[in-house]
Amino acid sequence: MSLIEIRNLSKIYESGEERVVALGDVNLNIERGEFISVMGPSGSGKSTLLTILGGLNHPTEGEVMVDEIPIYQLPLEKLADFRREYLGFIFQSFQLIPYLTVIENVMLPLAITEKSNREQVNLAGEILEKMGLEGKRKRLPDQLSGGEQERVAIARALVNSPPVLLADEPTGNLDSKTGREIMELFKSLNEEGQSIVMVTHNPESVAFSSRTLHLRDGKVAEGDPRREGEIGSRS
Amino acid sequence: MKLRDISINNLRRRKGKVLFLALGLTIGITTVVTLISITRTMTEDISNKLDEFGANILVLPRSNDLALSYGGLNIGGVSVDTQTLKDSDIPKIRQIEVRENISTVSPKLIGVVELEGKKILLTGVLFQEEVRLKKWWRVHGTIPKSRDEVLLGNEVAVRLFKSTNDSLTLNGKRVRISGMLEETGSQDDFLIFGDLTLAQEVLKKPGALSLIEVSAFCISCPIEEIVRQISKALPHAKVTAIKQTLQTKMEALDHFKKFSVGLSVIVLLIGGLIVFTNMMASVNERKREIGIFRAIGFRKSHVIKIVFFEALIIGLIGGGAGYLLGLGLSTVLGPILTGIKGGRISVDPVLAVGVVLLSVAMGILSSIYPAIHASKMDPTTALRAL
Repeated sequence: MSLIEIRNLSKIYESGEERVVALGDVNLNIERGEFISVMGPSGSGKSTLLTILGGLNHPTEGEVMVDEIPIYQLPLEKLADFRREYLGFIFQSFQLIPYLTVIENVMLPLAITEKSNREQVNLAGEILEKMGLEGKRKRLPDQLSGGEQERVAIARALVNSPPVLLADEPTGNLDSKTGREIMELFKSLNEEGQSIVMVTHNPESVAFSSRTLHLRDGKVAEGDPRREGEIGSRS
Repeated sequence: MKLRDISINNLRRRKGKVLFLALGLTIGITTVVTLISITRTMTEDISNKLDEFGANILVLPRSNDLALSYGGLNIGGVSVDTQTLKDSDIPKIRQIEVRENISTVSPKLIGVVELEGKKILLTGVLFQEEVRLKKWWRVHGTIPKSRDEVLLGNEVAVRLFKSTNDSLTLNGKRVRISGMLEETGSQDDFLIFGDLTLAQEVLKKPGALSLIEVSAFCISCPIEEIVRQISKALPHAKVTAIKQTLQTKMEALDHFKKFSVGLSVIVLLIGGLIVFTNMMASVNERKREIGIFRAIGFRKSHVIKIVFFEALIIGLIGGGAGYLLGLGLSTVLGPILTGIKGGRISVDPVLAVGVVLLSVAMGILSSIYPAIHASKMDPTTALRAL
């Protein structure tokens, strides 16, 4: 069984007379340990796909199964629990909480767990060390560089050891050198077994992933940087 | 880290926001504390002044009245076994257990004298006490300072065609009119007031008293207890509380207290509205942050708890600051507004705890809608919105 299975997925936005088909009949499998890039022009449905995968956006039609759980059949509060246990989000523009320190930001997903303060600090500390930010744990986000903030965002996403990392334009606000460093980090996490789904505009980032999905007008075409030209979508 | 740490850190690192959020509650609680403190001082002062204003206890000689009837006709009444009140009874009133509650003791001897063919009531008083009791008296001339001087009621002066410095002969005793009372609308208009010893001499009742009027402070001691103690000291007397006077006094105080309560409620409601508005603004400002919380797996109840905890802290700050400011303001404003100098404004732990709890309750109540609104925010605002 695949880690993520998407069947006949559609998302249509209706506003008065206007009807926008953001995603149309998408079928997709993502295996454990894969590093998927999702590329496409603006308006192609990349963010919609990511938000649907993240349990944040109910599809108009279709089914999304994560680890054999039909996530959109869960009650709303159970869906929140699912996000906490299964997903790590890396938002565009980092989205760190400005009044929490680095370590507090990383511990944020643990605030609603049963873990003691000591356990939380230890877990967060380990991940910060891995990100090379151990010495900056007491700083506030506005005292960090863009790359450092991105690392904090990644640490926060990983602290609960989620099976899936969802990243929305992780290098969008970074210079090319820092962007490469972040991609190297993603690659090393993937080599350790972390499944990653990344939305990106950056063709250079794609090279780090194992598979690429191209979205255009709400439809998926797959491409593997290693195996060019293969199409996997039924649309 | 717990949810409360998110609330604490938000407020700790955004002190300007705390001031802004707590402002409404602080103003409300300051007003309540100021009003309560000043009202308390005024109530005590007014109550004491009202207690001094006229008698609220009457001491009369105890007597048994028999009503006689024969064949259905009422023949009349006869007083038997009438006890008398004496000068020596006056200090006994001042010696009761709750003597600090006794303000004024004004004895009187009342009897009829004949003047120029007219029967007039002469009332012997201790003028120092009588003037303290009857603060509404307005005198043309002066209050009698010696045994040879008298004060005329308004109606008596008109009837006798007398004025200040004229002379009168009371049962052979020559006296000078030192002053005349302005019309009071009471029985005093029909009386001649003279020194108690003069009246006892003129009426040939040495040492006797007709009645004693007593003014007592009732704020710290119920009047029934004072009446009981005076009755015990004077077993031969009939001691009664003048309930009508008391009732009027209490009504006046009640109106004043109700006004204060009403004003406090209005100000508190306005304070609560300010908190509500500020909380809504704060929650709307934090849309993205709340979206992140929801996206990383916070339930709606977690978001509500964060907002409520912030409201709790704001309530504590507003209540504490409001209490201290209110205390300070009432100390400064109290004497200016009330004219009461040297009034006591003291730290009241019960009031302090009460207003802090009130502030916390107001803060949380005002945050209910903002908290629910926050919990329902769309998490996709944390990501790029479509």
